[in-house]
Amino acid sequence: MQTKGNVVLHVADVQKHFGGLHALADIDLQVDEGKTHAIIGPNGAGKSTLLNVIIGRLAPSSGAVVFDGTVLTGKKPHEINQLGVARVFQTPEIFADLSVLQNVMTPAFARRDGAFRINMFRSVDNERGIREEAEHTLEDVGLMDRRAVHAGALSRGDKRRLELAMCLIQKPRLLLLDEPTAGMSRHDTNTTIELLKKIKSRGMTKVIIEHDMHVVFSLADKISVLAGGRIIAEGLPDQVRGDPRVQEAYLGGVH
Amino acid sequence: MAGIMSRKDATLFIGFAAVVLLLPILAAPFGAAYPDLLQRFMIFGIFAIGFNILFGLTGYLSFGHAAFFGVGSYAAMWSFKLLSLNAIPAILFAVAIAGVFALVIGYLSLRRSGIYFSILTLAFAQMCYSLAYSVLTPITNGETGLRMIRADPRVLDRLFSEAPAGVPVPSLFGISLSGWNGFYFSALFLLATFFLAMRITNSPFGMMLKGIKSNQNRMNYTGFNTRPYALTAFVISGMLAGLAGSLLVVTDPLAGAERMQWTASGEVVLMTILGGVGTLVGPVIGAWLIKYFENIFSSFNDNVLSSFFGFLPDGAREAAVVVAGKFVGEGWHLSLGLLFVLIVVFLPGGIMEGVRRISSAIRRRGGGRHATARGELSPSAAE
Repeated sequence: MQTKGNVVLHVADVQKHFGGLHALADIDLQVDEGKTHAIIGPNGAGKSTLLNVIIGRLAPSSGAVVFDGTVLTGKKPHEINQLGVARVFQTPEIFADLSVLQNVMTPAFARRDGAFRINMFRSVDNERGIREEAEHTLEDVGLMDRRAVHAGALSRGDKRRLELAMCLIQKPRLLLLDEPTAGMSRHDTNTTIELLKKIKSRGMTKVIIEHDMHVVFSLADKISVLAGGRIIAEGLPDQVRGDPRVQEAYLGGVH
Repeated sequence: MAGIMSRKDATLFIGFAAVVLLLPILAAPFGAAYPDLLQRFMIFGIFAIGFNILFGLTGYLSFGHAAFFGVGSYAAMWSFKLLSLNAIPAILFAVAIAGVFALVIGYLSLRRSGIYFSILTLAFAQMCYSLAYSVLTPITNGETGLRMIRADPRVLDRLFSEAPAGVPVPSLFGISLSGWNGFYFSALFLLATFFLAMRITNSPFGMMLKGIKSNQNRMNYTGFNTRPYALTAFVISGMLAGLAGSLLVVTDPLAGAERMQWTASGEVVLMTILGGVGTLVGPVIGAWLIKYFENIFSSFNDNVLSSFFGFLPDGAREAAVVVAGKFVGEGWHLSLGLLFVLIVVFLPGGIMEGVRRISSAIRRRGGGRHATARGELSPSAAE
């Protein structure tokens, strides 16, 4: 399974069955380094299944996922993260009982100290470096003024921004975003697009699953269209926009 | 202390130490200022703080912590019998053995979470209880309990001196540990335990444990291997239970299986919830309150009540004595149960939540503008 020069993520011939249901069939996906790759498709197309296979939450029935020359298949979520892959969930997964600042500091410790280290005789208050980095990241996403608040008390849009900050502070090589604007108002959606455009310049590779075409065409360098568990079209945004198969899939074609 | 402790923490620790060391004076108005009871305050304070390191920080509710307490008691007793009457080797031995038990039981139980974890720890504790009660009678002396006798080998002591003439009692390098000495000896261990709990709570390690409690899924996707974190907390907490168990043998040199029964495991859960889960001071307050009820309320009889209600006219006094009599003496569990229900219903965060509410009400009245906005973290020292 040779990955080409600048392909950072390779989903190679992945199949996924749930009993008799073929959720994913013959998926072959290559994501180029530094690019934003969007995966779109109608409901039930297998987008979330694909993302769960990439992140190690689901094991593929066959095939493999290769990240930067390392096979991710069979690795645990924390091992995959330690290789440099971070994920934003569809429903924000944050530490509701901790303060916003602590939410962002925690992932920074994972990056600095690794998957397990008993760091018992230092005070969090004395971890100035991590704290400053967290504050800097919070400024980036516009949550600095809410840093002392319990994360559970944030609005839905702010929770998403917080989760994004928790991923960004790790400076991952690959960031997976599962519908980062689902359930957001138009205003919050636009803020999030601006934010994602801002971090695009940092050379981070992103895979984004999205329903909202406005978001997709604002951000994506390349688009793969998933329908019925297969990739039915792939290419630059303009190519995909005009593709009749895509129109058909979205307008309720038979799959 | 400046390097490792913030000013707020140092104040809390000094305040706590002052209360603990002055307890012989402070507890006097409540009729609790005798060494035997205060020593139990210290011992069960250690037990509850240790339990809270697991339950309060990681959220894993163990229903079998009495096993480690009991193991600590037996281990300390065997050290007294085989090695020396000195308390230090007994305590070290007890903490080590309890740590080994916690490592094995924790490793297996932490494969599950939630109610399944609780049931697993309960099952292991009941197994330990039945081992102590019947199966391992040669080691534990079954239902009679294990005690010291003159003929015990005590190899280290025999190197230096002849066997003592009377009944052997634990000591510290020849200093007797009965009475107030025993209290201050246990108090030092309580302070050390409190210090450790404070360090853990404020450290990055403690923040990881709170992360596990809050959202284990996010912890995994953030790159943490959560199981060794939880296991470390489990072992520390088991070792502190062993420490408490060994200190109880120092005061009361009889180790019995009933210390490992599930009711004893439940008691430490009650202590922690009553005082305030996840707070530093709360578990200690909970432990003191329960031990106070157990020892003081249970000793009230009708004569005491009668003099308490002396201001009432004759008929009413008898009625009051009959009603109140159900809640003291043998019925002290009723008062404790009632208190527990009231606290959990009205103050889910335990007594510490009450303290926090009162202090913020005072601050609001005093400062007006200092009240924290909704959702803000309260800057309570006990956090």
